[in-house]
Amino acid sequence: MSLSERLHPGLNLAGTDPEGHEAAEEVLFGFWIFLMSDLVLFAVLFATYAAMSVQGIAGGPRPAEVFDLTAAFLETMLLLLSSFAFGFAMLEMKYRENRRRVLSWLLVTGVLGAAFVGMELHDYYVMITAHAAPPQASGFLSAYYLLTGTHALHVSSGLVWMAIMAVQVMVIGFSTPVKLRLMRLALFWHMLDVVWIGIFTFVYLFGVVS
Amino acid sequence: MTLRGIVGLLAAAVPGTASAGSFLEPAGPIASAQFSHFGVISALMLIVIVPMFVALPIVLYRYRRGGKGTYRPDWEFNWGLEVVIWGIPVALALALGMALWKHTLEYDPYRALGPEPLVVEVVALDWKFLFLYPEQGVATINLLALPEDRPVTLRLTSGTVMQSFIIPRLAGQIYAMAGMQTQLNLLASETGDFIGRNTQYNGLGFATQSFTTRVMSPDAFAGWAEATKAQPAALDAAGFAKLLSPSVVSEPVLYGRFTPGLFGQVMARFAPAMVQGHGQAGMAAPPAPHQGHHHMPEAGR
Amino acid sequence: MNWELIFGQIKWNSFVFSGAIENPSLSEFIASGAGFIAVLGALAAVILLTVKGWWVPLWRDWLTSVDHKKVGIMYIAIALVMFARAVIEAALIRAQQLSAYDGGGFLSADHFGQLFSTHGTIMIFFVAMPFITGLMNYVMPLQIGARDVSFPLLNAISLMLTMAGAILIMVSLVVGQFSTGGWSAYPPFTGIEFSPGEGVDYWIWAVSLGSIGSTLTGLNFAVTIYKKRCPGMTLFRMPLFCWTTLCTSILMIFAMAPLTAATIMLALDRYAGFHFFTNGDGGNMMNYANLFWLFGHPEVYILILPAFGVWSEVVATFASKRIYGYTSLVYATMCIAVLSFAVWLHHFFTMGQSANVNAVFGIATMVIGVPTGVKVYDWLLTMVGGRIRFTTPMLFHINFLLTFILGGMTGVLLANPGVDFQVHNTLFLVAHFHNMIIPGVLFGMFAAVQFWFPKVFGFRLHEGLGRASFWCFAPGFLLAFFPLYWLGMMGATRRTYMWSDPSYLPWLALAMAGAALILAGFALMVAQIVVSVRRREQLAAPLGDPWDGRALEWSIPSPPPEWNFAVLPQVTARDPFYEAKKAGIAYRSPAAYEDIEVPRNTATAPLIGLFACAWAFALVWHIWWLVVVSFVLMWVVVIVRSFQTDTEETVPAATVKAANEAFLAAARAAPGVARDREMTSENRGRALPEGLEGRSGPVSSRAPVEVLP
Repeated sequence: MSLSERLHPGLNLAGTDPEGHEAAEEVLFGFWIFLMSDLVLFAVLFATYAAMSVQGIAGGPRPAEVFDLTAAFLETMLLLLSSFAFGFAMLEMKYRENRRRVLSWLLVTGVLGAAFVGMELHDYYVMITAHAAPPQASGFLSAYYLLTGTHALHVSSGLVWMAIMAVQVMVIGFSTPVKLRLMRLALFWHMLDVVWIGIFTFVYLFGVVS
Repeated sequence: MTLRGIVGLLAAAVPGTASAGSFLEPAGPIASAQFSHFGVISALMLIVIVPMFVALPIVLYRYRRGGKGTYRPDWEFNWGLEVVIWGIPVALALALGMALWKHTLEYDPYRALGPEPLVVEVVALDWKFLFLYPEQGVATINLLALPEDRPVTLRLTSGTVMQSFIIPRLAGQIYAMAGMQTQLNLLASETGDFIGRNTQYNGLGFATQSFTTRVMSPDAFAGWAEATKAQPAALDAAGFAKLLSPSVVSEPVLYGRFTPGLFGQVMARFAPAMVQGHGQAGMAAPPAPHQGHHHMPEAGR
Repeated sequence: MNWELIFGQIKWNSFVFSGAIENPSLSEFIASGAGFIAVLGALAAVILLTVKGWWVPLWRDWLTSVDHKKVGIMYIAIALVMFARAVIEAALIRAQQLSAYDGGGFLSADHFGQLFSTHGTIMIFFVAMPFITGLMNYVMPLQIGARDVSFPLLNAISLMLTMAGAILIMVSLVVGQFSTGGWSAYPPFTGIEFSPGEGVDYWIWAVSLGSIGSTLTGLNFAVTIYKKRCPGMTLFRMPLFCWTTLCTSILMIFAMAPLTAATIMLALDRYAGFHFFTNGDGGNMMNYANLFWLFGHPEVYILILPAFGVWSEVVATFASKRIYGYTSLVYATMCIAVLSFAVWLHHFFTMGQSANVNAVFGIATMVIGVPTGVKVYDWLLTMVGGRIRFTTPMLFHINFLLTFILGGMTGVLLANPGVDFQVHNTLFLVAHFHNMIIPGVLFGMFAAVQFWFPKVFGFRLHEGLGRASFWCFAPGFLLAFFPLYWLGMMGATRRTYMWSDPSYLPWLALAMAGAALILAGFALMVAQIVVSVRRREQLAAPLGDPWDGRALEWSIPSPPPEWNFAVLPQVTARDPFYEAKKAGIAYRSPAAYEDIEVPRNTATAPLIGLFACAWAFALVWHIWWLVVVSFVLMWVVVIVRSFQTDTEETVPAATVKAANEAFLAAARAAPGVARDREMTSENRGRALPEGLEGRSGPVSSRAPVEVLP
């Protein structure tokens, strides 16, 4: 196959780093499949939440009573902005391979992501203390914490991964494996955005409306 | 029907058929229909099974190494055969599917078998069944007394883990789950004692969790209800709480009366909001005539 | 120091031997005996390794290897060890039920509950799954002409996670109790309220480890098939085994996630007081049933599809003929894979949903019978026009066609809600799924072992003992399970440790006899392997093609070199090696050799497996410090690995050339053996193709043919 035929969804390196581009095909395809199976997990959690947020109230608080839409909206913005910043980091990596700029964008991404996790933890704190809504209170809350918690855990592990990648960029530089890892982290990060949009829509907006 | 006859003959000839609890000897229209449906499906399936049993030995003999069959190592396809091996299973699946659809809707366990059914509320416990008779006002443990030829509606819930309730000679299984109500409609057309049991593993006493279903003539049933009413024992909330601890009950227990609405209270232990919040749910009233098929086993409603 | 801080909930009486001391009974002695066997087995292995000085080779050549072939062999080794345990448990179950008329028997109800739970859990997750995974690992890359899977290290990690789960289940023999909730572990019975203690936790973590391992395997194999096929190997030229591997991989990617979610939710219920499946507080066990079977039904096809692939290879090879209806078989496989996600509700027709819902799922279940039926008749038609040799794998195949179709019939019966209402949870159901899994999957794997063993180890298995084991296994299966159909129809419930109906006795006795025959079959199979190893000189077939094979794996030496293919093959048709033999161009030298990059061995995977096992064990026993430490270490290993840059080594072209030319020269010089002599010691792995005996003498070595363009 010629180089131009070796396409892969993700950041296209064909113009700037043909060798990396070729190596990306198999690795990124594999990562897409991993994301797909991760999305199946989220789909299952969404389905569980959909059932339990209706049937699992059990005399406990209802969705509209415990959700803070303002906080959820701010969290959405934080996460979207962090994805935006990651996009810039990847463009820097593709066109300039400038360590300082890539690291700066990664830092912005990481700070925004950490702020997102922090805000979510604060949400949990408020729910548990002010609304008496810990996960043990009802099936609905169990499902809520599991769904958002799994997402938060994904974001947190993304942050750890990002820190490691920052070190690798510093220590190893933009070798093909490091580039491919960054590309995969980017996909992972964007996928978490997509999942969060789902959570924001179906859990928060839908929950407050109904 | 001839097929049922054959299976029946077979059943009579093979040791073990005299067992007390099998749909091979149906004692009511539901189990009887399930048995004949079993026969119909088995017979239809022979259409794909018999050719294999006939053709395989022939092919093996003819095309064995050194056999008479012509060796055609590159032969790999034939449209005619292809149509047959796809067509017959598709046609068969259509036929079977239609039989399935008809049978499933007609013998839906939620479909009442006539007007004014006898309602019995069943509470599955560890490792026994509690039967409540709201109409008669009596209750039993491990004895389900039924009148002959009168439709019966069993409404089931569980006071513990999930169980599966069956009286093989009368009807098939349905699960009993805590905080939820399921239904089983049946009709007994013979008198006698039939075994019923739980088939879903629920711990150490599981193997012995069976009960007697005693089908009597309507008069005998009325007499039984009167006699039971005279029993001194009564079942109230406190008495029920004692039943919750796991135990094996070898002899049936009879209660002359029970706290009305006990069945609803059992469900409410697990799903308070739904039962109390939505009124009538789970209360000991005869079920509404069967309408539609939207009966997910949910709390109350 | 505080005992509980260090050892969590482990007490002295957690060890199985304490039961026999405190409460001596036959049931406890059997439990202790099993514990002793586990401990003694482990000790014996340690002593053997020490005496023979095999520790270093074990670590250097096997555990740290990322070679798909060695990974595959280790998977199958796990499967066979676990099979030995679970089949003995099955015999105990049968013996108990036979002896338990009216409260007799020798096992306690609790012990019996653990037996059927471990039997089911092990057979599905630690016998069938590793068996098919190991086989796909070994065979699929060879058949598509690849040097390894796409992610060799990930592959080794999957193996080690599976091994960690298997070890955890073996540990449960000695420390503590196992769950009594069956292999499907339905809550609320398996919730903390009704099953306190460590049993269900063993189930949760062992299954979770296996489930994550399988997800990664599926991902790996799917990418391998999509991206690593050799030049010219289009999808529709792949051997059918690769097609079934692809479909199984896709099923694994999608189906394991619901299981992981279900086990995590059950764990949260048990450990943290959540309310997913509890009685009350908004919990609902119906969600568990849906999640579990959303995994559980595709799982059935995850297991059976690779076996279908094996049958396709076996029947074409031993009928010496092209497979009939290749395209048809491919589409049938894909239909099955897709439909397998649309039928999960038939596992709980009895849960009280509406008749319409039941009918829809019942019909979907019948529809899945259509492609399955087509496949069965495709195999039959493959034999038409062939020259059938009745080798051991072929005997298994014939047995499969006849018994599987009967299992299909009872499956269609069970697809009818009305019938299912009667026989659900009875021995009829038990007989049905054993009828699908034993002749289909298990015997498929046994046939695969007979078929590919010479490829893997370079010598054939003893044919006489193979047939003997078949003649125990096949009737053993019939005797053990067909009586259960009848018992189930008579209303015999599954999972009961005692009976009160005397009419069950003769049937249980027959089933016991069947179980004994199956045990004898297994003993003969072990004997077959031992005898074959002893006589490996006589049985040697190093030239790679003992059965007149058709796909690429038969074109290379047995056992294959680390790099599989000296030069990546160029494929122009289905059955490429058969076509090459037919055209007289097999065993020709390639024009040029190149250096080959192979991944270096690494301790990453075994370390991850070790820490995963420690982590799961710590979770079972609430040893929180170990939970934290092992979890951190697991990820430290991953991170350290990511900083290593020197992960591959180069095999110089000269080395490859020397090895390959020596093999080709030997193959060309060998006289070749006709099919009627294939079971004799003349069979060194150079086949005279069936029907072409006149044409293919030794291939001339004068004109090397360029294999790559």
